[in-house]
Amino acid sequence: MTDQSTTAESPGPAGAPPGRTKLSPRKKQQISRAVQYVVLVVVAVFLVTRIEWGSLAQNFAKSEVASQMLPDLFTVALLNTIIYSVGGFVFAFLLGLLFALMRLSSVRPYRWIAVVYIEIFRGLPAVLIFLFILFLPLALPGFEVPGGTYGQGILGLTVVGSAYMAETLRAGLQAVPKGQLEAARSLGMSYSRGMISIVIPQAVRIVIPPTTNQFVSLLKDSSLVLFLGVSGEYVELTKFGNDTASTFANATPLLVVGVTYLLVTIPLGYLASRLEKRQMKGR
Amino acid sequence: MTHAIEIRDLHKSFGRLEVLKGIDFSVDPGQVVCVIGPSGSGKSTLLRCVNLLEQPTSGKVILEGVELTDRDVDIDAARRRVGMVFQQFNLFPHMTALQNVMISQRRVLKRGRAEAEKIARDNLEKVGVADKCDSYPIQLSGGQQQRVAIARALAMSPDLMLFDEPTSALDPELVGDVLTVMRKLAEEGMTMLVVTHEMAFARDVADRVVFMDGGVIVEDGPAAQVIGDPQHERTKVFLRRVLDPTHTDNI
Repeated sequence: MTDQSTTAESPGPAGAPPGRTKLSPRKKQQISRAVQYVVLVVVAVFLVTRIEWGSLAQNFAKSEVASQMLPDLFTVALLNTIIYSVGGFVFAFLLGLLFALMRLSSVRPYRWIAVVYIEIFRGLPAVLIFLFILFLPLALPGFEVPGGTYGQGILGLTVVGSAYMAETLRAGLQAVPKGQLEAARSLGMSYSRGMISIVIPQAVRIVIPPTTNQFVSLLKDSSLVLFLGVSGEYVELTKFGNDTASTFANATPLLVVGVTYLLVTIPLGYLASRLEKRQMKGR
Repeated sequence: MTHAIEIRDLHKSFGRLEVLKGIDFSVDPGQVVCVIGPSGSGKSTLLRCVNLLEQPTSGKVILEGVELTDRDVDIDAARRRVGMVFQQFNLFPHMTALQNVMISQRRVLKRGRAEAEKIARDNLEKVGVADKCDSYPIQLSGGQQQRVAIARALAMSPDLMLFDEPTSALDPELVGDVLTVMRKLAEEGMTMLVVTHEMAFARDVADRVVFMDGGVIVEDGPAAQVIGDPQHERTKVFLRRVLDPTHTDNI
């Protein structure tokens, strides 16, 4: 012990040669911090003096334009965003659960189908999926997605979300200890009864925090409904913002819409991390 | 008389590893049989083969005259008659103690809510945790969890009970509570097959003790004889080590 403390005091053979001024670690840290503050101040001063705040405000925060957006911003656009994303989430969850169970199935072709589906739709850009849906009636004459525009938007989000959901749920199902199903089976439950009553409820609890994050991501992806060429009563936030911005030739609606997204996504993000913490405690 | 459990030439391999190398034995109704032996000797695998949690590689498992290894047998129906208690308790963590004891009564036996709840409460009282009905497993000690697990198995009114090292995961001071419950069950005439390291329990409670080593039954006889006066060298060495861990010869 004493040996070590003495060697730490004296500069080792590999240290700087004596005589040259050497800064103590504390001094180095102080200088480094001072430099960081200076950089920050310089950048701030530059921005404040060089940006034309007046024209920026005229373009991005014009209150007359913003007030024109009410009440449709909430009663139509936000409502539709929520309809698309909740609908997509519910179906993505159900489809994801189906594929997760298929992925874990003892029937080999089911496993293959699930793997192929998951790999394809996890690897495709969401926009491409929406464009496919747009062209679906051309590929299948006479076919129409049930539910009209809502149906198309929800279908798109279902396809986008289900592949990720399947992988999350598979991980959740595998995180339930093997002994749980064994206990259920030893009590005379069938495999499916054991899954439904014992394993799936536990798996769903495990995946609540990650699926909350997936909902946030679906909410953002609902902006892709734009590509379906929706209009009128079917517009969601992004399309609504884009249209209003064109009408007024002003970017304020985009800022307003952005803030509206954050009003929903930030609380949900907090909720997810709180649920996660609570779960850590419970385990 | 039909045996409660009859096992004939049972083999079980995991991949290339043969864990059970031809087991023949039987348990009669009302008997308490303890299976002892070093870890890796195949005792837990044997127990898990009895209710087909492990599928035997070959051989027969016959439960009260019904051959379970027959592929046409309704295995879920057969398992209802066999209660099982696990080393790790395996209580359902998302349910209270009461719900744990009720769920399979409701879902499997289709008992009504009131009837299932009464039976659940009676069994929880029997194992001494009546005051913990509304607690979740995480709020219970290991000993309490294991007793709830025993109540859960008993609520299905099984003909026989399998215990897979029921006290091995418990803190030493909690072992007694669980063994007391098991002793009471034995006195009531329950047919029991118990894999255990509790030699005192085996000697005092079991009618028969089976010593397994290397996937075979080495010795099978009355408890007092197998534990008190073992005939085989391997049994002697094992018992010497278990009963007196500081004894290190023959290693």
